[in-house]
Amino acid sequence: MSLRSRRTMTGSPARTTRVKSMTPSTSSSRSRASSGRQALVGPEDAAAYSTATLRILASMPSRTIGRSRGAIISQYYNRTVRLRRRVSRPQLGGVGRSARPSLRLYDLELDPAALEEEEKRSLLVKELQSLTVAQRGHMLKGMPLGLAEKRSLREESRTLTGKPRERRGRRGLFPCCGWLRDTCVLALHGLGLWLLAGLHGLKPWRYALKRIGGQFGSSVLSYFLFLKTLLAFNALLLLPLLAFVVGVQAAFPPPASPGPVPAFTGLELLTGGGRLTHTVMYYGYYSNSTLNPPCVPAPDGGQCGRETDGLPYNMPLAYLFTVGGAFFITCITLVYSMSHSFGESYRVGSTSGVHAITVFCSWDHKVTQRRASRLQHDNIRTHLKELLAEGQLRQGPRSVCGRLRQVAVLGLVWLLCLAITLGCTVAVYAFSELMIQSPVSAEQGGALLALPVVVCLLNLGAPYLYRGLAALERHDSPVLQVYVAVCRNLILKMVILGILCYHWLGRRVGALRDQCWENFVGQELYRLMVLDFIFILLDTLFGELVWRLISERKLKRKEKPEFDIAGNVLELIYGQTLTWLGVLFAPLLPAVQIIKLVFLFYIKKTSLMANCQAPRRPWLASHMSTVFISLLCFPSFLGAAVFLCYAVWQVKPSSTCGPFRTLDTMYEAGKVWVRRLEKAGPRVSWLPWVHRYLVENTFPVYLVSALLLAVIYLNIQVVKGQRKVICLLREQISNEGEDKIFLINKLHSVYEKKERSRGGRTQEAERLEEDPDAR
Amino acid sequence: MRTAEPPRSLRPGWALRGLRSLAPALSNFLLQPGGGSADFAYREPGPSAHRRFCELLPQEHRSTEESLHTRVSLEQILSLPELKANPFKERICRVFSTSPARDSLSFEDFLDLLSVFSDTATPDLKSHYAFRIFDFDDDGTLNREDLSQLVNCLTGPGEDTQLSASEMKQLIDNILEESDIDRDGTINLSEFQHVISRSPDFASSFKIVL
Repeated sequence: MSLRSRRTMTGSPARTTRVKSMTPSTSSSRSRASSGRQALVGPEDAAAYSTATLRILASMPSRTIGRSRGAIISQYYNRTVRLRRRVSRPQLGGVGRSARPSLRLYDLELDPAALEEEEKRSLLVKELQSLTVAQRGHMLKGMPLGLAEKRSLREESRTLTGKPRERRGRRGLFPCCGWLRDTCVLALHGLGLWLLAGLHGLKPWRYALKRIGGQFGSSVLSYFLFLKTLLAFNALLLLPLLAFVVGVQAAFPPPASPGPVPAFTGLELLTGGGRLTHTVMYYGYYSNSTLNPPCVPAPDGGQCGRETDGLPYNMPLAYLFTVGGAFFITCITLVYSMSHSFGESYRVGSTSGVHAITVFCSWDHKVTQRRASRLQHDNIRTHLKELLAEGQLRQGPRSVCGRLRQVAVLGLVWLLCLAITLGCTVAVYAFSELMIQSPVSAEQGGALLALPVVVCLLNLGAPYLYRGLAALERHDSPVLQVYVAVCRNLILKMVILGILCYHWLGRRVGALRDQCWENFVGQELYRLMVLDFIFILLDTLFGELVWRLISERKLKRKEKPEFDIAGNVLELIYGQTLTWLGVLFAPLLPAVQIIKLVFLFYIKKTSLMANCQAPRRPWLASHMSTVFISLLCFPSFLGAAVFLCYAVWQVKPSSTCGPFRTLDTMYEAGKVWVRRLEKAGPRVSWLPWVHRYLVENTFPVYLVSALLLAVIYLNIQVVKGQRKVICLLREQISNEGEDKIFLINKLHSVYEKKERSRGGRTQEAERLEEDPDAR
Repeated sequence: MRTAEPPRSLRPGWALRGLRSLAPALSNFLLQPGGGSADFAYREPGPSAHRRFCELLPQEHRSTEESLHTRVSLEQILSLPELKANPFKERICRVFSTSPARDSLSFEDFLDLLSVFSDTATPDLKSHYAFRIFDFDDDGTLNREDLSQLVNCLTGPGEDTQLSASEMKQLIDNILEESDIDRDGTINLSEFQHVISRSPDFASSFKIVL
């Protein structure tokens, strides 16, 4: 009896007992196992696995696909085959009923009948050859193989079929031609590169954006990208106006207005009046007749002068159609970019799995500065802790009293905010009525600025009040807090703009009956825009620079103020709304907006670099861009479109100025033209028909709305169906996982039995050795 | 020089100057059919990457011939400003290194690295390499140790920045609950890619700009 034998005797039963107790109590996946599922022997018992089992585990396809070259090649071979056949599901025809399709997709390396790696590779090359060049490039691009590998695959798959070989053969006869061809090709390629490089360098602010992204991360970068988007929208709006309205009128100026031209004082840049009133800037300058009319020869047979040759240009029609067309193009572009952004940022089932997504996707590798990197660490840590706390809270019981109190506080704060909004609205309304009662003539430029200053002050001050009130309420999630703040600011701005629109179209039109009210409205919007810019400057100066100086010197805090992304974006949206509201009355307003945005970019960038730090709240940059574009589309553009439609369809234009001075509504210019077309003859009769039955009739509107609703409903059903399919697939995968665990445990127990029996035999042999007489 | 289908895109502005000034060897390297600059993911790096790579080499190896075949040690790559502040810098270099001891990078490996982290790499490719970077023990799956090491990298260096043991356990349990579909206690490549596909921010955050 040796110690050895006793050890082996005591050793194996312990192991078998450990194996037998693999279910609920010892495994690490206790919670899942309690529902009666199989459970894997946990990592603390990994020593219990035999080496054979470990080897098999390590070569499981699901574990090798990331590492083994052969597995990657097989996987991409199958993908290429699928692509070539253009079916999305693998053919099940050749697969036996008991076989599992999922395993057949990966060639098991333990399968002795599996193809050698070289054969697999040649199969892949053959498949690649049968794809088109673009598809091949795309497929190669996505392969996670090394550079040398991809290069050789590409080389082999480009192998020459018939014709190129012939071409090469012929070229062989003239080696100098080959060299010449190469040089030419390289030279052309160089030229192409140079052009591309030039275009690449022309991309505005590329280096600045890279610096901002590297120092502050993607969330702050999204504000500057939004600014760039707005620039593009304004350029899109400005170009047709310049080409068809402003340029033409500038080439054919109307007769000079009576009275002296006022001298240029600096105040015009603020008020938009004075010298600028009778320029292409405002609606009143544009003539209501046909420019460059065709020459009617004099009754006495005189000749027409040379300079009247050329096309006549109907100014009122051009004005109406250009503004309408520019708005239509902007609408289409906005809706397209909103849907594109939404498509990129929304995924089915993306609301679940927040912990995994945070851990895997939240590190921004663009950040290169050490300080910013440390901030990212802090942000991620805080976010993780908040997520864990949220999870705990949701699990913990909530008292009815606590909930009621929270709801009450929420309701109270909302009520107070709405009351502040109402107060601001009433103030603006009262002040605007006051301005109407005490009429101000054009000379008193300063007093014209009173209403815009009041509006800007309210827009600046009320958000600080909201922020103060928001400190009282406590939300479950910090992201919701941000959305609520954005919502309140937006309501304030839109309501104030609504009151102003009523003031202009409802009251000013009546008050300025025999003057040019459109010019006045255009100038008001110009003033609002300029003063908005000045107040943003002041806010940046005091909110960021002075606050940083105070907090550093007086309060001795190391932290810089945070860059308020939501507030700044709302200011941009507000400015853009003003532009859209004013385009009809001041066609050059988009140009003013472009200049303002360019200045704003540099000012905000300088202030950001010098005074601010990235916000602490975790911002999902893609969600934010979607939200910004949606806010730009829905309250902002929609409101401006409604205002425009009302002004064009319902309001009587003034009779002393502008291209519509003899008409009842601006839209009548279009109607007049259609009537003229009707008289023109049978060849263009389809146009009036289209106008009568599709534009003026209400039936097509109902039809289009019904179609739109049907499309939306269909899409909702498709998304629901996708969700169901995802659930089913998850269930199927977890069932397969259970099977896998069962097989592993069975395998393990088989090896265990073998080990034990081998151990038993050696023990038997030893015993016989020591005590041959024992038998 | 072999006849080549001209590579379509080497975008940076100094590309042309770079091409002309490079020795024929490098041009040969880059312009070979299927060369490094063709429509793989190598649009933005190229001669600028070569310049940065050469800066890391000792003076005597900086000629273009040698630079294509010399390897740079890990410490030198880690000293690049784009990687210095990245907590995953070591793993990134090890994943892309093709030397047997996984401790040095050649120019090809460097280009590989830049291409995966560039704008033009597909999200599939990025998620594949992200998985390999996060797999600290290189066993083909993310088990609990890998995940806890990952979380420690994210929360910051130093003892005081790490999560407590109970928080870590809770977090890893949540992660496995959400992403381990086949319930085997580890996250394999397909499950990882499934999680990544639900995050629209991944492609833009998994980017290094030279």
